[in-house]
Amino acid sequence: MKTPLCDLHEQLGARMVEFAGWDMPVHYGSQLEEHHAVRRHAGCFDVSHMAVVAIPTQPGEELLRQLLVGDVKNLEIGRGLYTLMLNDRGGIVDDLIVYRGSTEFRLVVNAGTTQKDLAWIEQHALALGCGGIANHHSDLCIIAVQGPTAIGLVGDALAVPSLGDIAPFSFVEHREHFIARTGYTGEDGVEIICRPLEARDLWQQLTAAGVVAAGLGARDSLRLEAGLNLYGHDMTEETNPFECRVAWTIDWEDASRPFIGRDAVEKLLHAGSPTKLVGVRLTERGIPREGCEVHSAAGTGVVTSGTFSPTLQYGIALARVPRQMRGPCQIQVRKRLIDGRTVRLPFVKREQ
Amino acid sequence: MAEFPPHLHYAKTHEWVRFEGDRAIVGISDFAQEQLGDVVYVELPELGLQVEAGDETAVVESVKAASDIYAPVAGEVVECNEQLDAEPEIVNQDPYGNGWFFVLQIQTKEESNDLLTADAYASMCEDESA
Repeated sequence: MKTPLCDLHEQLGARMVEFAGWDMPVHYGSQLEEHHAVRRHAGCFDVSHMAVVAIPTQPGEELLRQLLVGDVKNLEIGRGLYTLMLNDRGGIVDDLIVYRGSTEFRLVVNAGTTQKDLAWIEQHALALGCGGIANHHSDLCIIAVQGPTAIGLVGDALAVPSLGDIAPFSFVEHREHFIARTGYTGEDGVEIICRPLEARDLWQQLTAAGVVAAGLGARDSLRLEAGLNLYGHDMTEETNPFECRVAWTIDWEDASRPFIGRDAVEKLLHAGSPTKLVGVRLTERGIPREGCEVHSAAGTGVVTSGTFSPTLQYGIALARVPRQMRGPCQIQVRKRLIDGRTVRLPFVKREQ
Repeated sequence: MAEFPPHLHYAKTHEWVRFEGDRAIVGISDFAQEQLGDVVYVELPELGLQVEAGDETAVVESVKAASDIYAPVAGEVVECNEQLDAEPEIVNQDPYGNGWFFVLQIQTKEESNDLLTADAYASMCEDESA
């Protein structure tokens, strides 16, 4: 599949790769330069491969209170929430952002899990007697604009001077654009949902205004520096929120709300998980990659995501390790055992 | 588009060789650096290492992946490009010039039979990227 911006990427000299069935730009010449542009200035990402799913508020609220670990009952109009869908075993079906509009909820879900998520939502909608309630807007585009100067540049491009007043995880609807102050890079910025015509126009305006087009490569190194999980790698259906550092998304408040997976995660809350997800940095030269073993006195773990940090100039990783592990460790990178240690996340904090 | 200077010899594993008397200078091709993306580390061999053609001799690591660099011919490692330690991006910027990896002292030049001409290598790359 191709996003409606595909020819614009090719014009910019993008190297395209297949990702979850989509032809996506991995970089436009240099992943490192795109990464630095987002940390220092502003970059834009075509993330139209992700899916927008609309669910009417009634009876959608009851459905989403079952499906999501966060409680949408507490979500105000104009706000978004990072949350999870769990299976009965407490495994993570997907991570997503849900926004509440005046008449409907909007979910933005991962590209690789879209069909699975739609089937999961439909299955539970049917049980509630509201089958067919979820509407997948496959025609919509999503552009993320991230970096310290992103808000100002988007405000100029879309003539929304007050864009900086939107609180994080809030959104505004301005003409044909849905603009949310969210992102996946650790920087300030917005994610804009709109139709293809508006998306092409916005993309061209932004790149003409000096916003650097950035590909999936930079998106991955940016999110990893920010300590953000990637679904399918750092968390899957086989892992629970406690061993993925995302248990904070669970809203336990309303004890009478039996969200899917609640029994399982309540048990885990008391019993504890044998493993945890930690940040690891290498203290020698080398780059940890997914699947590398992590050795320590407390036992052996595995790298779930790894990269070279362009900001820090050393190798960093998220790793699932025994719960007791801390401090120094060694990472098996190809034929070498490389010294590293666990560190506090995020690896890179935004400059305030 | 990747460039393939005609005066060089190429290995199927994407190294290039330039022969200067009994010295063989080795690097990776423009096509290879393009495929790798930004190079962030280069692991160079020890001086004095004896290698056969096809031996893993160095490692180049990009943001995307790590790749072995194989000796295109047999010989002894007599020189390494230390500049790549501090500035690995030279491999991307100047793969056939300042981005060379190491120099092998060779016994005979006959082993270069397995190497490809620029034209043959270029068409191999074309097939790979198709």
